[in-house]
Amino acid sequence: MPAARADEADGEWRMPARDYASTRFSPLAEITAANVRQLKEAWSFTTGVQAGHEAAPIFAGGLLYVVTPYPNHVFALDTAGKQRWKYDPKPQPSSQGVACCDVVNRGAVYDGGRLYFNTLDGNSIALDARTGKELWRTKLGKIELGETITMAPLVVKGKVLVGNSGAELGVRGWLVALDAKTGKPLWRAYSTGPDKEVLIGAGFKPFYGAERGQDLGVKSWPPEAWKIGGGTVWGWISYDPQLNLIYYGTGNPGPWNPEQRPGDNKWTAGLFARDVDTGQARWFYQFSPHDLHDYDAINENVLVDLPIGGATRKLLVRPERNGYVYVIDRASGEVISATPFVHITTSTGVDLKSGRLQYNPKTQPKPGRVVRDICPASPGAKDWQPAAWSPRTGLLYIPHQNLCQDAGTYETSYIAGTPYVGAEVRMKPGPGGHRGEFSAWDPVAAQKRWSVKENFPVWSGALATAGGVVFYGTMDGVFKALDANSGEVLWSFRTSSGIIGQPVSYRGADGKQYIAVLSGVGGWAGTIVSGEIDARDGSAALGFVNAMRDLPKYTVKGGMLHVFALP
Amino acid sequence: MRKITLAPLFGLVMLAGCEREQRQFEIPPAQAQFAKPLHAANERNAYALSQGKTLFKWFNCAGCHSNGGGGMGPALMDDHWRYGNNAEDIYASIMEGRPNGMPSFRGKLNEDQAWQLVAYVRSMSGWARQDAAPGRDDSMYPGKPENMRDQRN
Repeated sequence: MPAARADEADGEWRMPARDYASTRFSPLAEITAANVRQLKEAWSFTTGVQAGHEAAPIFAGGLLYVVTPYPNHVFALDTAGKQRWKYDPKPQPSSQGVACCDVVNRGAVYDGGRLYFNTLDGNSIALDARTGKELWRTKLGKIELGETITMAPLVVKGKVLVGNSGAELGVRGWLVALDAKTGKPLWRAYSTGPDKEVLIGAGFKPFYGAERGQDLGVKSWPPEAWKIGGGTVWGWISYDPQLNLIYYGTGNPGPWNPEQRPGDNKWTAGLFARDVDTGQARWFYQFSPHDLHDYDAINENVLVDLPIGGATRKLLVRPERNGYVYVIDRASGEVISATPFVHITTSTGVDLKSGRLQYNPKTQPKPGRVVRDICPASPGAKDWQPAAWSPRTGLLYIPHQNLCQDAGTYETSYIAGTPYVGAEVRMKPGPGGHRGEFSAWDPVAAQKRWSVKENFPVWSGALATAGGVVFYGTMDGVFKALDANSGEVLWSFRTSSGIIGQPVSYRGADGKQYIAVLSGVGGWAGTIVSGEIDARDGSAALGFVNAMRDLPKYTVKGGMLHVFALP
Repeated sequence: MRKITLAPLFGLVMLAGCEREQRQFEIPPAQAQFAKPLHAANERNAYALSQGKTLFKWFNCAGCHSNGGGGMGPALMDDHWRYGNNAEDIYASIMEGRPNGMPSFRGKLNEDQAWQLVAYVRSMSGWARQDAAPGRDDSMYPGKPENMRDQRN
């Protein structure tokens, strides 16, 4: 297994996923299933920002770093919670109007004494982590075209990897590698268009036939449609140092209305493996060819080596928006298994011969008609909220939704800087009536081991620890610790606002293990609270409001960092 | 005799020819002089309101403001207005844009269309006449239609 760069005993948390394999597993074991009931809040810190706080706190060099949603303030705090410095990047206010799903930011990354993060208005910035002094700033996106940046960058071999957001506004997706020293772009790989711009060359060896051919990023679209075709890169990147490959997914094609873009719409809603030095694509796999329901494929890719079929294989485990947990050979791109982890009506399975998702024609959108009971709904079985992997239990802990929807599609026109969607959606709870779930998944047996039902979608990240405890938060503001083996809730704490952030764990200056998480409800699911949406209109916030009408009765907005430790 | 009667006429022609060309150094706000009555008429006019409703979808207003509940942009069916709910304020929001993300639609909509939109936007929170506001929806919005949201009395 590709371990973290630092040694296992390291008490730091330098990137949102903690390591290149994206495990979100802390090797610290002071907090255990036996003593977690005594966990107390050590201190808290108010960010002063009201939008949804999706970021992971970063701990490195004795300081804790937090980046807020727009206006993207960065705070450095010492281990007692005292502010060391604050940085204000002053992003353009108009960027708020082109962020599809709240003005979130998913975190910063620490590397070599520097802190790297992105702003909503499309800048990538490097700071001196000690002083907060700006070292470079590179403008990457055009908000006039609807381009924003919400993702957390990843730093690999002196390159800062950054992707854009905005597929709901007809933005053309890309991933760019910047020189970590200077901020200068080294290569840029688009998600649509000619091979030359997608960085597809002689080294491109996809496993399945559907991905082979010249300029599929042009030919699998109506003329010119690839230029406004989405496939933005707003999620997670993993890296395998042995194979020297990065793995990341591409977002939904634009517009949502599939009638306007016949074809497979390469290279949207799929997974790229690329050589990190050159950006050249090695393989691609499309989870949702010709996506019908806004099934972005930007979720986390957990890199693990596991025994499958008698031999240990280099795998990529991926809980996907379309409702399946994929186990993929990360060297070749072969899908080994794809198993449903939620109720699915949009497809009947994945054909392992062709790799192709088998759509159910009954839930295919048709213009001028309302198609009912589309499961999972547009945010998918699981959206951006990252799962955690514990090598101790061999389980993947998946925070996710249980939502279905009714949808109608209509023809929409492209007006630069405005939404390019063409669909009206009304979401509702899935079977059972609960809207969220936290599931422990065994990727070898390809089955769910246990799960906890939640009233609201579980929109926070997950954290696994060597102490046999896993953590997540709920949208009504309860932070929970569970027994990693049984799923029993061992401890909970009520925070000031709903939790959609990513919990982390670190070792403080006093040698103790700390757990940190941001509260501050919002995001697509919580925008009814953070964006003050009128609950009478169920189609509001791209249809999510219909499923979240009661959230304002449970929580208020406002960001706060909570830090916990044993007494 | 003939010469005498023609002289003043000739003088008049010459005078008219001397009149200086008028130059407008200040551009008045678009149709300001009749914007108000035009708008007041729109709010009583079922055709103008339904055109406004059509444009609301065609120009992607609905993409951000949904069917009035909001999303990427603020809700329009409630009683909270960041930039005011006078017809002129809404007209300015549409045509000039606003700094927190509302784009300018000048050059995309003509002025008549913009005023139709203004009337429809006001009808979303019940500020148009009930017997003129739209009474049904082609969308999946299940709540009260615009003509049931009267706020004027």
